Amino acid sequence: MDNVRVIEVKRSIFESNDKDADKLRGELKESKTFLLNLMSSPGSGKTTTLTRTIEALKDKYRIGVMEADIDSDVDAKTIAATGVKAIQLHTGGMCHLDADMTRQGIKELGVEDVDFAILENVGNLVCPAEFDTGSTKNAMILSVPEGHDKPLKYPLMFSICDVVLINKIDVIPYFDFDMEKCKEYILMRNPKAKIIPICAKTGEGINEWADWLSEQIDAQMK
Amino acid sequence: MHELGVVFRIIDDLTDLGKENELEKIHSVTIQLGEVSGVVPSLLTDAWKWAADRTELMKDAELIIETLPAVTFCEDCKSEYETVTYGKICPKCGSEHTYLLKGNEFLIKEIAAT
Ligand SMILES: Nc1nc2c(ncn2[C@@H]2O[C@H](COP(=O)(O)OP(=O)(O)O)[C@@H](O)[C@H]2O)c(=O)[nH]1
Ligand SMILES: [Mg+2]
Ligand SMILES: [Zn+2]
Ligand SMILES: [Zn+2]
Repeated sequence: MDNVRVIEVKRSIFESNDKDADKLRGELKESKTFLLNLMSSPGSGKTTTLTRTIEALKDKYRIGVMEADIDSDVDAKTIAATGVKAIQLHTGGMCHLDADMTRQGIKELGVEDVDFAILENVGNLVCPAEFDTGSTKNAMILSVPEGHDKPLKYPLMFSICDVVLINKIDVIPYFDFDMEKCKEYILMRNPKAKIIPICAKTGEGINEWADWLSEQIDAQMK
Repeated sequence: MHELGVVFRIIDDLTDLGKENELEKIHSVTIQLGEVSGVVPSLLTDAWKWAADRTELMKDAELIIETLPAVTFCEDCKSEYETVTYGKICPKCGSEHTYLLKGNEFLIKEIAAT
């Protein structure tokens, strides 16, 4: 095999996805649809928070939800019960979604019918941080039982998030959770992060979260 | 499984590259992997074998993995240290105000092909 050539590639694995994601972001802006990418560890409260968020905003915007988490069959039903359009993405057991899979989901939702699209990403803090979905904004949920030092363990996830929701604040008395330290660690990773403590169970803090979202969605729809 | 997902990504990229360069066969692929990229080399190799063998272009191609060291920078004492040995706490001054300078790379460096 003397005619074997060595071809320099020097390309990041994420590069083609990053480009694809930027393209999708542009298309969404064009069609005035706001896409939120919601991430967390399994069980931090994505579905519960989404249900609250939909209740708060469904009279104001046309909402569509894409479910990609493992329990998505159950989750998609929970969301469908709120009366908004919900679809299930087929991730084939994959631990993350990329821009291409997100685009397919968006197509299924139909941008003409949706102002506010939400992606419930796969429950994991590692790869969703590396694969840009093309979302307009990224949010993650950190729940109190996970501990206040989580931002130190998953720096990349915290650095790419526009908002961090600290959920399950109702159980703070039972955990050794230091809210101030937690905020400090998050800001260390990402000085621009907006931090909102919430309790998805009772609805505490959801207003502030919904206000933040409204501001972003309105800007996208302009 | 994360490794399989990234292997599909590599295969997509190389399929495009194969078309651009009118390649018949890729014999080996060299990957550069940062020490803290979160990818396990042995799992990556397994996933590669499984997925590459299902393509015409990359069947039996060897995956060569080069490791790139991870380095963390301390904002307080301005020193650099090995991430894998010391983690998030600066070994010189004990500060937590540190960030990763390099070590999460994941690059396709080169391929050998005909
Ligand atoms: N105590 C408490 N439990 C909550 C809260 N939010 C969610 N949960 C519970 O946490 C579990 C996981 O919630 P879920 O929304 O399914 O999490 P997901 O896997 O991230 O979608 C469920 O049993 C919820 O009832 C909260 O604010 N406080
Ligand atoms: Mg869920
Ligand atoms: Zn993954
Ligand atoms: Zn130091």
